[in-house]
Amino acid sequence: MMTCAHPLCSSIVRKGVVGVTGALLILFVLGHMAGNLLIFLPPEAINGYAEFLHEAGHGALIWLARAGLILLFVIHLGVTIALKYENKKARPIGYAAHDPQVSGWASRHMLLTGIVVLLFVIYHIMHFTLGLTDSSTGWRTLVEGPSRPHYVDVHSMVVHGFRDPYIASFYILCQVVLGLHLWHGGSSLFQSLGINRGPWRAFTAWVGPVVAVVVVAGNCSIPLAIQAGCIPARIDLISAKAAIEAEKGPKPPMPVPGASDINKAVPGH
Amino acid sequence: MKLHLKVWRQAGPQDAGRFENHTVEGVTPDMSFLEMLDVLNDKLLAQGKPPIAFDHDCREGICGSCSMMINGRAHGPTRGTTCQTYMRNFTDGQTVVIEPWRARAFPVMCDLVVDRSAFDRIQQAGGYVSVNTGGAPDGNCLPVPKDNSEKAMDAAQCIGCGACVAACKNASAMLFVAAKVSHLGLLPQGQPERSRRVLAMVAKMDEEGFGNCTNQYECEAVCPKAISADFIARMNRDQIGSTLIPAE
Repeated sequence: MMTCAHPLCSSIVRKGVVGVTGALLILFVLGHMAGNLLIFLPPEAINGYAEFLHEAGHGALIWLARAGLILLFVIHLGVTIALKYENKKARPIGYAAHDPQVSGWASRHMLLTGIVVLLFVIYHIMHFTLGLTDSSTGWRTLVEGPSRPHYVDVHSMVVHGFRDPYIASFYILCQVVLGLHLWHGGSSLFQSLGINRGPWRAFTAWVGPVVAVVVVAGNCSIPLAIQAGCIPARIDLISAKAAIEAEKGPKPPMPVPGASDINKAVPGH
Repeated sequence: MKLHLKVWRQAGPQDAGRFENHTVEGVTPDMSFLEMLDVLNDKLLAQGKPPIAFDHDCREGICGSCSMMINGRAHGPTRGTTCQTYMRNFTDGQTVVIEPWRARAFPVMCDLVVDRSAFDRIQQAGGYVSVNTGGAPDGNCLPVPKDNSEKAMDAAQCIGCGACVAACKNASAMLFVAAKVSHLGLLPQGQPERSRRVLAMVAKMDEEGFGNCTNQYECEAVCPKAISADFIARMNRDQIGSTLIPAE
């Protein structure tokens, strides 16, 4: 089946590569979720975090991270598809009756959930990173940034982005699919990398489900909270901030965005 | 007890094959599954029809010959070999689907008989100890930690029946190969060739056209000898370690 006879091309090593890239992607997902949860703090928190990400290493770090993530994704998916192709070839004729004993739906449909996650990631980037899908709603507002004259108000972007119940529902659905992928993948990688031994397997069997529940709960809490009206749009907070500033006394004049500027669309930003 | 069988019939390796329906009457609960097939074959022979071909040898649960998928489960509804599966596990009037192991590496030879020589070739690739280990007194002089000897014996229980391949969604032979790699790799006599062994056996496994492990543990669930999938993790460690840090 294999054309490359080098041990690096062996099924086990390639499964190990899937495990390592999967583990790194899980760490990214957890980190991304932690960053997302800053939405529950005042807008300055998530906006400052976004600003930090964009400014770190004079703007080089984010591109390095993006390149690394794309590379991880490509390797994870590419190797998995190659393995899947071989698996399909390994059983050309299926069973008329097949009664799996211990494997769950999630573990048997990793490629399907993985492809849904990939399509979701593409949409997610188009939605929030590139602003290609939702620019007409006008949530990409420009406000004064601490270090740049203008930066994207991530808080408003997210709040307005999730006010559409269809978009919020779609995100929640995709998070559930991601959760199913992590449910098996988060535990499976320990076996692929040979970390499981003795009682460890019983422990690592819980890692995937725990990661899945944490990621789904954490990420879904954001669209749910916004739909429930628990996170007010920043425009209200600007008024509050202006009031606080006014209480503190006169300050040097700074360009405060007017009401008309708040919802100014910035396509492609 | 009366059973309705839906049995895979295939005249030879090149034949397309098809399911054939048979009804077996007079089945008693204490019959083994193979004895039930014997009853059916007697009936077919009396009718001048070709009997259903299936592998069997010891009929004691030791040889691992009696390979067949029964209602979607390797070796049938109980954990054990088909010869040790008794008809008390079936109900009167039940329909039973009987299929051969399905894997590209296990081509169907006739009806329920598959060619499992791919396992032999994997063994020949490295499943042996070629150093001179001396006689029994020499073996007894070599201390082996009890934990290791017990694990090695657990792995050595593999009878090569192929149920792991049959039950795996990907027709992967990882549990078989892991058992064979580990039962030697856990003992001092197996250490000199440990790295070479795992690399050669895994390479042969891949070459034979088995699928890749996706850690669903269906193999472990149906293994009649209860070989643990922990041996797969152990083989993964050995393979990755031997690839990254070649011993020779």
